[in-house]
Amino acid sequence: MLDGMTQADKQTGCTQTSCGSSNDHLDQMPDAIRERVKNHPCYSEEAHHHYARMHVAVAPACNIQCNYCNRKYDCANESRPGVVSELLTPEQAVRKTLAVAASIPQMTVLGVAGPGDPLANPARTFETFRMLSEQAPDIKLCVSTNGLSLPDCVDELLQYNVDHVTITINAVDPEIGAQIYPWIYWNNRRMRGVKAAKILIERQQKGLEMLIERGVLVKVNSVLIPGVNDAHLKEVSRVIKAKGAFLHNVMPLITEPEHGTYYGVMGQRAPTQRELTELQDACGDMNMMRHCRQCRADAVGLLGEDRGEEFTLDKIDALDVDYAAAMAKRAKVQADIEAERQRQKARQSSLKEQLKAANGKTLFTVNGLTMEQQAPLASVASGAVVDRAEQGTLPSDLRSVQMAVASSGQGLINQHFGSAREFMIYEVSPKGARLIGHRKTAQYCSGPVNCGEGDAALPETIEMLKGCEVVLCSKVGFKPWDQLESAGIIPNGEHADEPIVPALMAVYKEMHTSGALGPDCSKTISA
Amino acid sequence: MSYEITNLCVNCHACMDVCPSEAISVGLSQFVINPKACNHCEGDYAHAQCGSICPVEGAILDEFGEAVNPAGSLTGIPPERVAQLVAEGIL
Ligand code: SF4
Ligand code: SF4
Ligand code: SF4
Repeated sequence: MLDGMTQADKQTGCTQTSCGSSNDHLDQMPDAIRERVKNHPCYSEEAHHHYARMHVAVAPACNIQCNYCNRKYDCANESRPGVVSELLTPEQAVRKTLAVAASIPQMTVLGVAGPGDPLANPARTFETFRMLSEQAPDIKLCVSTNGLSLPDCVDELLQYNVDHVTITINAVDPEIGAQIYPWIYWNNRRMRGVKAAKILIERQQKGLEMLIERGVLVKVNSVLIPGVNDAHLKEVSRVIKAKGAFLHNVMPLITEPEHGTYYGVMGQRAPTQRELTELQDACGDMNMMRHCRQCRADAVGLLGEDRGEEFTLDKIDALDVDYAAAMAKRAKVQADIEAERQRQKARQSSLKEQLKAANGKTLFTVNGLTMEQQAPLASVASGAVVDRAEQGTLPSDLRSVQMAVASSGQGLINQHFGSAREFMIYEVSPKGARLIGHRKTAQYCSGPVNCGEGDAALPETIEMLKGCEVVLCSKVGFKPWDQLESAGIIPNGEHADEPIVPALMAVYKEMHTSGALGPDCSKTISA
Repeated sequence: MSYEITNLCVNCHACMDVCPSEAISVGLSQFVINPKACNHCEGDYAHAQCGSICPVEGAILDEFGEAVNPAGSLTGIPPERVAQLVAEGIL
């Protein structure tokens, strides 16, 4: 996009795929694919600031076992382990979707996810899709699967509004697969070992090929399991890319003994953030999707407030949505969003022009807006620009620091610590700030009155932030403040409502000034 | 005796979908097998379908009251390990 950049600029600015839309991986995609995913909150990093998706749990059954899953809870391929969602009938799911779509026009994508494998529940999944295709043709549908039933379902999927499918593929080698999948249910039998893994892998690959042949977009998820498939995932990435998958999303294994999964109980460790980032980089030519939020953009949580209460079962049962009217309103809101995105793009290209004129400037991207660094950092708050000389005072060999950010969208630091359901994790270095992932929390704040004072999930949240040295949020309560500090994480509420990246750089610079980035610490980045 | 579902069932629907005799239904707190309808899958399949897909060890008992999938047989987790974690209050 920034074809006006000089090589030097590319090196000073963040060249990774995840810093914002100037490096949005969409840029590397063929036009046809880009056109199809540009409004998809899961696939376009820029779009996820504007649009949202939601999930309905209509598919309880599964036909395989993954060693990182405990079937007491939801499918671990799709949600954080340990989560139990309320099962809906297809009718309830459709009512809920229409109700949410009517009140949140930005909700553009509906996914069937779990609590088991959607395609192991073909009747419930397809009934939901069929009704939604008829009643809400403006909602895109997506589905994720372990792949075992996929080849049998492709034709039916094509009858509905489904143009995105996610397959979880953890291996293409049955020997490795057998260490991940203890059994599958196949041809009316339970099968185990390498033989079972071989069937599963063949079915996944066949399903992938069939979808690509038919022009369906396919994303592949892989769970990174240290010592099991870590060395193998590059091969997975190569194979699925050659077959035409448009995104490969490597997710960290989550393993806690209390989840009761095989890996959790047997002490299999999770990857460190560094291992994860390294692997994502190694498979980097696959348009890795760093902003994957495993459904952070859940529409019911959109706008930074928990609206789940409005859409509980008894309430949706009573709802009667006039969807024709809602659809008109949705079209209007979405058109406004598009107009705003166009305006942002126009501003961006005018900046690009300026850049050509002012050779050698450093670029910052904030929520799709590319900013030039020209003014003192302090004024970045108001969206102004920063001096490159200013940034140039950072020696290039400073260690990088991981920082967590609580944001409810728009690319701003605009969420209370206690109400953050997840944190964006950035790696900040003299080269810039890049998004390396998201980590989910069990949200513990139950309202503004006691924000930050509830505590059930606090230790868990702090544990989850391990490896980060700073957490930026709009506000943080006394109790979490103390506990964060004792855990060695500095809470920072000074940049409330500011764009994320410049704020991160400002904090990084302060750390440098105060000597916190001393050269000896270069190996202290923990995971 | 017919096959039976215990309170370890996690209500995943899988067995109901694959039972050739439509013997399984949603019960009050877990799925239930209608003993009159269950034919042990005889004549239909070599293995009882409910017991072949159920993901939970101990959730399905065969006609002799034995767990079709005893502890450790599906997850590969040694039962001692589970007992140890339970004793430690982790599970
Ligand atoms: S596909 Fe794997 S992770 Fe998902 S429900 Fe089945 S066993 Fe669990
Ligand atoms: S044994 Fe066969 S017939 Fe009986 S409940 Fe199980 S699946 Fe149904
Ligand atoms: S398959 Fe097992 S866990 Fe699932 S509903 Fe049947 S008995 Fe319950």
